[in-house]
Formats: sequence, structure tokens, C-alpha cells
Amino acid sequence: MTDLAIRCRGLVKRYGSEVLAVDGLDLDVRRGECFGLLGPNGAGKTTTVEILEGLLLPDAGDVEVLGSRWTSGATALRERLGITLQETHLPEKLTVEEVVRLFRSFYRRGRTVDEVIALVQLEEKRRAWFEKLSGGQKQRLAVACALVGDPELLFLDEPTTGLDPQSRRQLWDVVVALRAAGCTVLLTTHYMDEAERLCDRVAIVDHGKVIALGTPRELISRMVGREVVEFAASHDGIDEAALAGLDGVHSVRRMASGFALTVDRVHVAIPSLLALVEAKGATLGRLSTHSATLDDVFVALTGRQLRE
Amino acid sequence: MSSALWQLTLTRLRSFVREPSAVFWTFGFPILLIVALGIAFRNRPPEPVDAAVEAGPGAEEMRAALAAAPGVKARLLPAGEARAALRTGRAAIVVRPGSPVTYEFDPTRPESRVARLVVDEALQRAAGRRDPVAAVERQVAEPGSRYVDFLVPGLIGLNIMSSGMWGIGWVIVEIRQKKLLKRMLATPMRRGQFLFSFVLMRMAFLVVEVPVLLVFGRLAFGVPLQGSFALLSGLALLGALAFAGVGVLVASRARNTQTVNGLINLVMMPMFLLSGVFFSSSHFPDLMQPLVKALPLTALNDALRAVMNEGAGAAAVLPQAALLAGIAVVSFALALRIFRWN
Repeated sequence: MTDLAIRCRGLVKRYGSEVLAVDGLDLDVRRGECFGLLGPNGAGKTTTVEILEGLLLPDAGDVEVLGSRWTSGATALRERLGITLQETHLPEKLTVEEVVRLFRSFYRRGRTVDEVIALVQLEEKRRAWFEKLSGGQKQRLAVACALVGDPELLFLDEPTTGLDPQSRRQLWDVVVALRAAGCTVLLTTHYMDEAERLCDRVAIVDHGKVIALGTPRELISRMVGREVVEFAASHDGIDEAALAGLDGVHSVRRMASGFALTVDRVHVAIPSLLALVEAKGATLGRLSTHSATLDDVFVALTGRQLRE
Repeated sequence: MSSALWQLTLTRLRSFVREPSAVFWTFGFPILLIVALGIAFRNRPPEPVDAAVEAGPGAEEMRAALAAAPGVKARLLPAGEARAALRTGRAAIVVRPGSPVTYEFDPTRPESRVARLVVDEALQRAAGRRDPVAAVERQVAEPGSRYVDFLVPGLIGLNIMSSGMWGIGWVIVEIRQKKLLKRMLATPMRRGQFLFSFVLMRMAFLVVEVPVLLVFGRLAFGVPLQGSFALLSGLALLGALAFAGVGVLVASRARNTQTVNGLINLVMMPMFLLSGVFFSSSHFPDLMQPLVKALPLTALNDALRAVMNEGAGAAAVLPQAALLAGIAVVSFALALRIFRWN
């Protein structure tokens, strides 16, 4: 038995003749890890996930999920997966309990209805209709429907998009608990903080390809450095070349107004930056530093902001 | 019954009964139609004949003689007004006194021809005519021959058609459009069970739908059931299966509810008009009859009416039953071949 929950090679999916949604994507997800597919809207995340889930047929490529292929024994494979779609409209006038019972009935074995409702903390809402739930509660019910079969592999497609911060945190708690219980999780998100918080490893996807892969810490230190310094200065003499020569500066990027420097040691970089500013006779418009995030990784890789 | 099939059917039933408007259109609306049409077309005592007597010598005696006859309403009017009354339909005939008496009327109007006979009879009788042949009358009202008796089976058929089309066709497309179908296909759910739950849901409602209309028709208007209830139920079931099949068929490709709305109306409207719901389909020309007879609602209505109003047995409605069964089988088979699962 392979230790990979998902293995896919050379995945290609076209919509019509124009749009190449997935462009030769490779992916390995290990058993027991929480894996994040990160990317902007339209990067091909959802298409990739739906191919892995057996809901879409790829135009080319090879997909293996839990050691099986979708071409044989699909129903048996479905028994072992839990899936949430990007948006789920469950029956409006069914209660939480009725919806969970309906989905439980599709699986031969799995958790009890009470267990699942407790897992997603919807005990108080069990007799409320789906249409009366808040966005966060609806999303947790969608996750509950994915958990009824006690899946080995759970797919979560943008589970917290559009939710308020408290609902996001509640959902994260559910994912952390599942992950701790040994469930493999593949989630897509365009929230970098979500990926940093939940994922053991992430793949950054853009234009249907994986452009970076690793743990969130690895990606940040490899691509960006540890800190980002942003500033604006009122002088033409301060340019990329001058900045790149400063002590401790990794890379320089010109922004709409001012520059962003990625640095390893902020206590070395800042004094040398200030010295440069003074030498040129310029004044600083603003100066700020923050720890590098996956957002900075994405910008460093593509030159674009993630959420545009 | 497998637990999944049971849960799917329960889901359909719950979604329906928790939607007040759906409940109204299925149960309340047909009852309102029976009430409205039953009252509008109730059997009334025969209308009296409206006769205008033109003013002149001897006119008043003539008016009195007519007014004394049963079933005649006579008015004395100046010549101009009498003609105007005839023209506008307020009078069926104008009687001008004299020798001979003149009857003015439009022979293409049935009530005018009746008026001509009744008025002449009354005047001749008042003048002393005696019948050479003695005759007595016995008035009858055949049960099952009133308009409301015709209407109730037609509305049962119409209801079976529309709940099948909307309750299955529209609902399936809504489930597809909301991606709930896709979500359920991501589970090990069996596709056949998903579709079969709709058929079971329709049967459950049939048990309520048909008796509600039958009992209401009986209590409010004394609409009889001459034939067997079992045969009527069997026909209703076949009708429900046929329209369940057509419902799944119209839903099999449509991606959104607007499309399926159009398709459902396209299928239902011709039957609404041609299949003898509100008036007999025999009014349509002979050339159209083969088409009219081939429509599933015509078969269902004809069969329901034969059982309810004429007490027909199973053998008499076999052709209609066979047509309904055939439509059910063909439409389901076709729908399964072309159904858009994702």
C-alpha cells in the first residue's frame, strides 16, 4: 500500500478551445497530512480538486486516489472520501439533523448522526432548517455531510470563503481536530493565513500549474526571507541597484509607491537603509516591517497580489 | 426498502409539505376550481322566454295571454324599442299583433327558435287550440350528466399531470441548478434511487390528492363514483407514472429552472386545451382526433370519466391504460439515456 493519499501526474483540463484551466499539474499528498492548494481565483484549484474527486474527467493525466483510479470501483472509492464543494445548497427546509441523516444513509458505514453534529458543534441547531442557518453554520453543516462516512480523505474546497473571522476560526478548529485524528485533508484556499495555520504542506498554483511546493515556513524562507521592509522615499537617487547593495537585503521590489525589501536580519538592514536615505539627502515618507507571509511568497513568484 | 431510498423519499416529502405554496397548488387550487366552476355552471331551472310585444291595437290582450303561459316573460314595447331589444338580445322574439300575427326573430339564435315555438303555442292555446294527441311529461336529471360531474374527473387528471410535471420535472432541475445533485453524486448514493424517490413521492401524494378531490366533489356537489374505486385508483396510478416519466424526461437535460419552466408549459399547454379537462375533446374536428386521443392526459381523463360517470369496467378502459403504461415506460427509458448527471 502506497503512503500517498493522492498521486497525480500531468493533469490537463480544457474548457472549450480557449481556456486551459489545468496545465500539466503534478501533485503528491501524503497520508495523514493536511495539504493546501493555494492560488488566486481562476488558478485552476477547483478544477483540479473536482478531477481528484472524480466529478470531472481530465483531458489528460493520471490520477490515483487512496491507491485506486476513478475508472474502476468508483462507488467503493466514494465510500472512503468526504467532499465539500465550493458552494453547497443543501435542501432549504430540512433540519440539520435531517440533512445529516440523509447523507449518512448513502454510506454503508460511518459515524452516527449525533457524532457528526457534535464534531461540527451544531448541537444547538439540530432542529433548525438549513435556510435559517448563518453562513458559518451552513458551511459547518456542509463539512458534517462530508464526515458522515468517516472518510480517510477529506476535500474542502474554499471552506471559509466569505465567512466572518469567528466562523473561520470555528471551522479551523474542526479541521485541526480531524487532522489530529489521522484524517488526510486536501483544502483549497486563497487565504494565506488559513494555509499557514492549517497546512503541513502547500502547493502554490497559478495558471493551472504548481509553481512552488513545501511547508509554509520553507516557502517563506526560501522565496522571501524572514522579514519584509516597506518604505517610501522622496528621492530619485534611491533605486533598485542602490537598495540591493545594502547589508542584509535579499531582494528589492518596486511598488506603486515606494519599495519592498525582503531581508534576513532586519536589525542590520534598517540602519543601512537609513544611512542610504541620509546620504542621498532624501526623507522617508513611511517605513514599516512585517514578518514575511505566503502572500509575499506569491508576490515574489508572480509579481501579482494574491487577491486581485 | 433501503435506508437511502427511504431518506431520499422523506426528503422529497418534507421539502414539499414545508413549502406552503406547493401544497396550495396541489391540494387547494383544484378544490377552488371545482367550487368556482361548479357554481358558475350549476344546473339552473330553464330560462323563461323573453318576448317583446309591439304596442298597437290588441297588444295588451296578447301580452296578458303570453304572460299567463308558463315559461314566458312578455313586455309591451313601442315598435322601435321592441326591435332594439331583439337586436341586443334582451328579447328573443318580437310579436306584432294583427291578422296575421307576425313573429320577428333570428333563426340562427337557438333561444329565438325556442321562443318562436313557445310563443306560438301559448297564443294558439289561448285562442282555443286543442291537442289531437294526449301526452304527459316526465322530467329526468341523469346522475353524472351535469357539468360538475364532467369537471371533477378532468380536474383529477389535470392535477395528476401538473403535480408530476412540476413536482418532479421542476424540482429535479432545481436540485441540479443548485448543485445539490453534484454534491449527492460525490457520495456513494445510487443514481437509480435518487430518481426512484421521486416516483415514490408521487405515489404517496396520490393517496391524498385523488381522494381529496373525490370526497370534496361528493360532499359539495354530489358527484358520483359509478365504477370501482380500485379501478379508479389503478388508473390514477398509471397516469401518475406516465407523467412522472414525462417529468423526468423534461428535466433530463435542462440546466436551469427557466428552461424547464418553458418545457413544462410547452408539454402541458396543448393537453390543458385539447385533452378534455374543461370541455369535451370531441368538440375538436375529426382530423385532429387521432392526435388528441394520443395525448396521455386525454387517455387519463377519458378513462377516469368512464369509470366515474359511466361505471365502466377494466376492459372498457384497457386502451387508455395501455397508452399510459406505454408512455411511462418509453419516457423513463429515454430520460435515463439522456439524463445530465453533471
